[in-house]
Amino acid sequence: MRNEHSVVAEGLTKKFGDFTAVDHISFRIRTGEIFGFLGPNGSGKTTTIRILLGLLRPTEGGGIVLGYDVVKQSEEIRKRIGYMSQQFSLYNDLTVVENLNFYGGTYGVTGKRLRERKDYILEMANLKGREREMTKNLSGGWKQRLALGTAIIHEPEMLFLDEPTAGVDPISRRAFWDLLYELSDGGTTIFVTTHYMDEAEHCQSLAFIHLGRIVARGTPQEIKETIMKGQVMEIDSTDPDLALSALRESSLFDEVALYGALIHVVGRDLEAHRGTMERLLQDREIGIRSIDIIAPSLEDVFISSIKEEDRKIREENGRQ
Amino acid sequence: MPKDNDIAIETDDLTRAFKKVVAVDRLSLAIQRGEIFGLVGPDGAGKTTTIRLLCAIMNPTSGSAKVAGFDTVKEAEDIKRRIGYMAQRFNLYGDLSVIENLTFFADIFAVGGDVRNERIDQLLAFARLTEFKDRRAAQLSGGMQKKLALACTLIHEPEILFLDEPTTGVDPVSRREFWDILSDLHLRGVTLFVSTPYMDEAERCSRVGLMFEGEMIVCDKPQNVKDLIGGELIELRPDDLRRAGKIVADLDGVLEIQTYGDLLHVFVDSAQERITELEKLLAREGIGVSGLRQTRPRMEEAFISLIRKRISEGRTSNPVASRKR
Repeated sequence: MRNEHSVVAEGLTKKFGDFTAVDHISFRIRTGEIFGFLGPNGSGKTTTIRILLGLLRPTEGGGIVLGYDVVKQSEEIRKRIGYMSQQFSLYNDLTVVENLNFYGGTYGVTGKRLRERKDYILEMANLKGREREMTKNLSGGWKQRLALGTAIIHEPEMLFLDEPTAGVDPISRRAFWDLLYELSDGGTTIFVTTHYMDEAEHCQSLAFIHLGRIVARGTPQEIKETIMKGQVMEIDSTDPDLALSALRESSLFDEVALYGALIHVVGRDLEAHRGTMERLLQDREIGIRSIDIIAPSLEDVFISSIKEEDRKIREENGRQ
Repeated sequence: MPKDNDIAIETDDLTRAFKKVVAVDRLSLAIQRGEIFGLVGPDGAGKTTTIRLLCAIMNPTSGSAKVAGFDTVKEAEDIKRRIGYMAQRFNLYGDLSVIENLTFFADIFAVGGDVRNERIDQLLAFARLTEFKDRRAAQLSGGMQKKLALACTLIHEPEILFLDEPTTGVDPVSRREFWDILSDLHLRGVTLFVSTPYMDEAERCSRVGLMFEGEMIVCDKPQNVKDLIGGELIELRPDDLRRAGKIVADLDGVLEIQTYGDLLHVFVDSAQERITELEKLLAREGIGVSGLRQTRPRMEEAFISLIRKRISEGRTSNPVASRKR
């Protein structure tokens, strides 16, 4: 009998001295879904993962992972989950297959089952033919897929992945997400942190964490529709850098930022400002190829909600 | 003396071979002063080796390079004084405070006297670190550590700055701030040479070089690189991605298909013409579709398309395979 939720966290809190790394967070993750946990550096993502894995004791609150209590039954949890940390925990001086053997041994996977699992992983991670290669000689994308392989050698019910694609090129990144989809289709629950907002778009549900608190929660679509205050105007211009400074100097908008070569202006009632924007650019002889109100991307929403939260905190501090 | 004032970096058949692999293969390149040059490519394409050759840290096997007018082999010391280099794992001193780190680098580059404190103050403000100046480097967030590393590489006011994946592992808010600082440097006339796995960053560069297996396979303005894909882009989210991909591949006018997560990118000869055909076809096959729209290809799609073409031309079976000598 599977639980409806793989993770139930209630009021989870972790303090290190005076510093509150995780501040009363509550959330649930449905069994089988890909859950994206997003937040700035130092916002409490890794601490939360470590609590859920039973590696850190919460100061307050608690959590249930795969039906087991994170404080009292962490052994049971660790048997049933796979974990891929930011620093892939591979043995560089071992070959590909030796790494798989090692992790198989750690999780008590032996004999015929180990052979089957290795076969499946080598196939899935496109590592066939590289079994005897030294791990240290593999380039980033291969290493990353091998690290995923070692994390699933024991067919865990749930996977925790902490920034698995940092510094990985677009092709390897896509190949990696294909693997996650395959695992998810097979029923594995996936908890993933990432700084790539396009990856977040591919999660079934998301939570934004900032300064230890959850500031948004929902499907990518729900978050885009409910969290964002204001609209987004996208401008394709002949000189993005100059256009950026012109629009910023006007101080008329909440946020002006570059997305590749395109400018996103965030603010309220932007249609009424269209003429102003056009004039600001024309005054500097910047050509406009297109200027349209668009649906906000997750990156727009992420940045906007983080800045909103910072503004609230500054106000609170100002009152004290 | 620099011989050509307009050119910041120039390489002529620059090559570096290791035991088993040619990391950089006959690279010829000219970068103008004041450019932001973006270097992209799959893991192991030779990006870091290229940067190390240009920073005069490593000697080429053959060919040559000039940086700021000086030869990287014969005049390495002249180069080192004029450039800043932020390596992928830039070493800050974790136990030292922000300001102590800056002072330390000022000593290394012999920045002394009145200039020194003035410049440290400027850099703190520039990197938005003034209010954290007494914090130990180890206690800064990832994004702030990157900004401090950048400030340290700027202590001797280099003309040319080399940055090797400076924003890897940095969150979107800090990443943006970091690029705002790079834009400021650009507007001040500093030449920037940046490698990055982020395609949106590549799109902000004045020119982009795409490396693959040690070779520069494309080097042009971002718009021109994107134009190389050919065709127009239709994006959709089918409820059965694999089946949809197969069905769409047989449609007339389809040039290329890319998938990403649950998203299908279809390059066609004419989006306007094909979008309804595509919709009808998938409906007939009983595949539900959401978010069907025509969209502009980005650098990301161009990168994948160009690397794939290169692979199908067939010198190697995989983009990250190591290449033998």
